[in-house]
Amino acid sequence: MAQATIDVPAKNLWGGGTSPFGASYGKLMMWFFLISDAFTFSSLLISLGYARHVHADTWPLVEKVFFHFPFTHAHLPLLYVGLMTFILIISSVTMVLAVDAGHSNDKKGVLFWLGLTVVGGLVFLGSQAWEWYTFIVGGEGVMKTVVIDGEVKDVLIQGANLQYNEYGHTLFANFFFFITGFHGFHVFSGVVINAIVWWQAAEGVYEKRGHYEMVEKAGLYWHFVDLVWVFVFTFFYLL
Amino acid sequence: MEHTHDQSYEYSHGHARTPEQSRAVRRKIALVTLLLSVITVVEILVGVYYSKTHVTPGTWTLIKWFYIVLTLVKAGYIVMVFMHLGDERKNLRTTILLPMLFVIYLIFIALFEGETIIQYVEELMK
Repeated sequence: MAQATIDVPAKNLWGGGTSPFGASYGKLMMWFFLISDAFTFSSLLISLGYARHVHADTWPLVEKVFFHFPFTHAHLPLLYVGLMTFILIISSVTMVLAVDAGHSNDKKGVLFWLGLTVVGGLVFLGSQAWEWYTFIVGGEGVMKTVVIDGEVKDVLIQGANLQYNEYGHTLFANFFFFITGFHGFHVFSGVVINAIVWWQAAEGVYEKRGHYEMVEKAGLYWHFVDLVWVFVFTFFYLL
Repeated sequence: MEHTHDQSYEYSHGHARTPEQSRAVRRKIALVTLLLSVITVVEILVGVYYSKTHVTPGTWTLIKWFYIVLTLVKAGYIVMVFMHLGDERKNLRTTILLPMLFVIYLIFIALFEGETIIQYVEELMK
């Protein structure tokens, strides 16, 4: 299905004049960028694992933190994050279909599926904004002994900021903000890239070029964002 | 339109695809979608009904590994099918996947160091 169109004997692959990987420069560079990005996210998740291993006694139970759901006060642990995961998976599927439509030079199909992908990304970002809001505002709060301006005080801590949070260890909130924030920023830039590609496809730029490889490259990035969320879901929320 | 110098055109996929092939691709996408959704639902159900506080530490270790395996299965399907890495040449696949060994190395270091720090703090507390 996806063989390069030129067939070169294996021993001549590195002889020049052809891509040894059977992939264009742009796609190759997107893959290399994704490798480096994978390292960044791995480091974040591994340092999260390290911190919760060292501070296991003050690390909160995730289902005691994330149990909110919009328009209800019921205690529904994990359901909202599950929904966010599902939204991202579905937007990944629409992206695959956009890439697939691009393979058959189907402009209408590309516009339709890529448009849905952009919408899915925006819905995910909205969900994340709501989750951050709930996390920052918090619930009833807890009394904590903290040091403010050199003075030791007992203060009611509600919600979370980078210094204190009512849920548990400071690092818990810090990792929450940093990991989901960094991922959310990837989603945001993915939405922007997809929107630009959508616009260019609508303008007929790729039709003139004769191929829709740009959709494929944007797709690689988008799937990577989904891939990262799969790991964040497991290592931040489930474990 | 002259495409001789457009690498992307030369290497872009599926120039001539029959309707049957297109249908096969779509079928595969649908199956993977179903699989990813089912795995996510199973993960959430296990997370809700087998909370860390309700099971023995041994069972929790088992559940942890269950999660990790399911995550790797999901990741594999996303990378191989959605990102089409499974359709790329073997040398490209190796080039992309082999560096991930460093991640395993980092996990090892983090566990090792974390354990050492816990022991160190325990020594201080004595």
